[in-house]
Amino acid sequence: MTSAADFSPVPGRTAGSILTAAPDMARRNRAEARFRMYGVIAIAFSLSILAFMLITIFSDGISAFRQAKLAFPVTLEAAVLDPKGNGDREEMNKITTVGYTKVLVKSFLAAMEAKGIDTADLKDKEIGELISKEAAGDLRARVLADPSLLGQTLDLVVLATGRIDGYLKGRVTMESAKLDSNVSPEQLQFADKLSEAGILGLRWNVSFFTNPDASDQRPEAAGLGVAILGSLYMMILVALMCVPVGVAASIYLEEFAPKNRWTDLIEVNVSNLAAVPSIVFGILGLAIFINFAGLPQSSSLVGALVISLRTLPTVIIATRASIRAVPPSIRDAALGIGASKMQTVMHHVLPLAMPGILTGTILGLAVALGDTAPLLLIGMVAFVDNYPSLPVDGFLDPATALPVQVYSWATRSDPAFIERSNGAIIVLLGFLIIMNVAAVLLRRKFERRW
Amino acid sequence: MKSFHLTVSALAFAAVAMPAAARDQVQVTGSSTVLPYATIVAEAFGENFDFPTPVVEGGGSGAGRKKLCEGVGENTVDIANSSSRISQSDIDLCTANGVTEIMEIRIGYDGIVFASDVNGADFALTPTDVYLALAAKVAKDGALIDNTSATWADVNATLPAQDILAFIPGTKHGTREVFDVKLLEAGCKETGALDIFLATAEGADDKEKEKNAKAMCHETRTDGKSVDIDGDYTETLARLDADKNAVGVFGLSFYENNMDKLKVATISGIAPSVATISDGTYPVSRPLFMYVKKAHIGVVPGLKEYLEFFVSDDMAGPNGPLAEYGLVSDPELAATQAAVAAETVMGPLE
Repeated sequence: MTSAADFSPVPGRTAGSILTAAPDMARRNRAEARFRMYGVIAIAFSLSILAFMLITIFSDGISAFRQAKLAFPVTLEAAVLDPKGNGDREEMNKITTVGYTKVLVKSFLAAMEAKGIDTADLKDKEIGELISKEAAGDLRARVLADPSLLGQTLDLVVLATGRIDGYLKGRVTMESAKLDSNVSPEQLQFADKLSEAGILGLRWNVSFFTNPDASDQRPEAAGLGVAILGSLYMMILVALMCVPVGVAASIYLEEFAPKNRWTDLIEVNVSNLAAVPSIVFGILGLAIFINFAGLPQSSSLVGALVISLRTLPTVIIATRASIRAVPPSIRDAALGIGASKMQTVMHHVLPLAMPGILTGTILGLAVALGDTAPLLLIGMVAFVDNYPSLPVDGFLDPATALPVQVYSWATRSDPAFIERSNGAIIVLLGFLIIMNVAAVLLRRKFERRW
Repeated sequence: MKSFHLTVSALAFAAVAMPAAARDQVQVTGSSTVLPYATIVAEAFGENFDFPTPVVEGGGSGAGRKKLCEGVGENTVDIANSSSRISQSDIDLCTANGVTEIMEIRIGYDGIVFASDVNGADFALTPTDVYLALAAKVAKDGALIDNTSATWADVNATLPAQDILAFIPGTKHGTREVFDVKLLEAGCKETGALDIFLATAEGADDKEKEKNAKAMCHETRTDGKSVDIDGDYTETLARLDADKNAVGVFGLSFYENNMDKLKVATISGIAPSVATISDGTYPVSRPLFMYVKKAHIGVVPGLKEYLEFFVSDDMAGPNGPLAEYGLVSDPELAATQAAVAAETVMGPLE
């Protein structure tokens, strides 16, 4: 039996009205204010770290989107590039980039003369060094693809060498050039003259998105083309492999499987798999897909298989959660009017769970897009200069991936690659933001609350 | 409808998972020191030949040679770049996996330099200085004592009175081996520590004793004055940037690309350069190699052409792009070219 006496105030505390402030009220209020402040500090701390990271990346990397280029007319002398004058491709093949470099430098010097720029301070060779080594290769490919260009004069825009690019962006200075074996202060002064004459200037750098990787001697030509294609191919394959397998597994586990020790074990293992470090999947991939199954190294297919293993648990967990979120009343109603179990799942549960599955998959893919470690072991952290061909064959061609490109540029010795590495991070972040925004929008549009 | 979609994706998966088509590009892996040279050649090769550009991977000399020795076939690599010579255990592994014919191609030499911040003091080092500054134990009055030198001036009065802090390559790097042999071991010998190690070394015979004694010379101090860097030279450079008093170990080509940030130290009075390394006066250099699976020549298109192009005068010669980047051209390049043309297989190690 309870009596009124049981409701007396706690011993040691005086009974009081709720309208008058208790003596410890101020202390408790202070404690709460402190507690809230800790939360604000935690958020401010995280945000400041994020801001610091973004500021560093953007201040170092944003310049990668503009590139120093030289614009001048180039006369493609048939006498040099096609000595026999018969347009035979076999014979034109023998003219290497060395020959094309000579043509470029000659036209460049002619352009100097036409503009009245004094070239007396420098040797012709030093002037030629201002042009990127990439330019000759590009020109050669262009002429071989279309021999009718021979003898014509083209208005070309070619890349300037990385040091000149650095000078226009402030990375290279007169002081650093004095110590630098790759560029001289005289060359920089000459570059100033070229800028005044309108030949040299920073232009929007489309080739950063389209060019393949380049060697250490031509950082100015390095681009993300192969990496973007490789990442795209991998994401397509990962989605193709993860969604059917993940959805099938989740539906079975949620809707059909009996609840017993075995399904519990599977459940624990799926969660465990999601937490396994991704490098482990790389080792597995090397052993199974390359050494045992004989799939080609460095290919986006092997990369996708390895990353699928890593993404699959995420997809399964997200899919199961969204299937579970469909209220039982929907299933009961469907079963009640005579639908079979499969019809219930296919006609009602799955369509209702679809938005959740979709967002879960997109978020899983976003994680997969940033994964580098497993690719290290299957040969995708490599110098790949040729674009993979179109699918399906292209899935077997060597490719790299966006995060891989960030990593491999960060380890190069030429300082110009630091800018490009950060530029690649910006592109990667851009893709991640697009994917995450897509996930949020899809959820907003299709989400149903019960 | 849904099941139709599932079937289509399963079919697509099956289609791509079919056995691989013939590989049409050369696959290269191995040393991260050789990597920039290999990419320069690969790029020029792709530009000037009708073959696809070779795919070049880094990852380390030892790892590369293991990959080379995995077997023969299209899903194994063709070339392993290496900044140290192949070992007997690698050759045994190769033989066990059916890789019996390996071509050894020396592409040139690489110098290893000490460098410090460009605005810091000048260093003129000798192997003895390096040993006395960085070894775990040094000889004093005929006995071994723990290394307690705090500043470079403690080691050698002509050096700056600056705290000792050196960033040296970690043991997984091929560069470390050269550092150990050409600097620590040489300094160990000169200071007399090697003799003391020899007297106490254990081993079945003299040869093994000597090996163990030398291994003791290679021990670096563990009190934080000598720091192993397992990453790349870019990491060493970043560490130097953070601690302007430190000295770091770099490859010559890395230094030549960052001369505006680094000041190089002389070793035994010789400043490192392509010239001093090729005439042998600069002591700390090592040969760089490519190891090629001969069985793949004629099977993988462009492999032989790539090798010939690599060692051609246009590429590896003294005026070629590789020399421009910091590779020290091999004086015996003509012999290498002939060996590549004749596809000469390497003999047993001496």
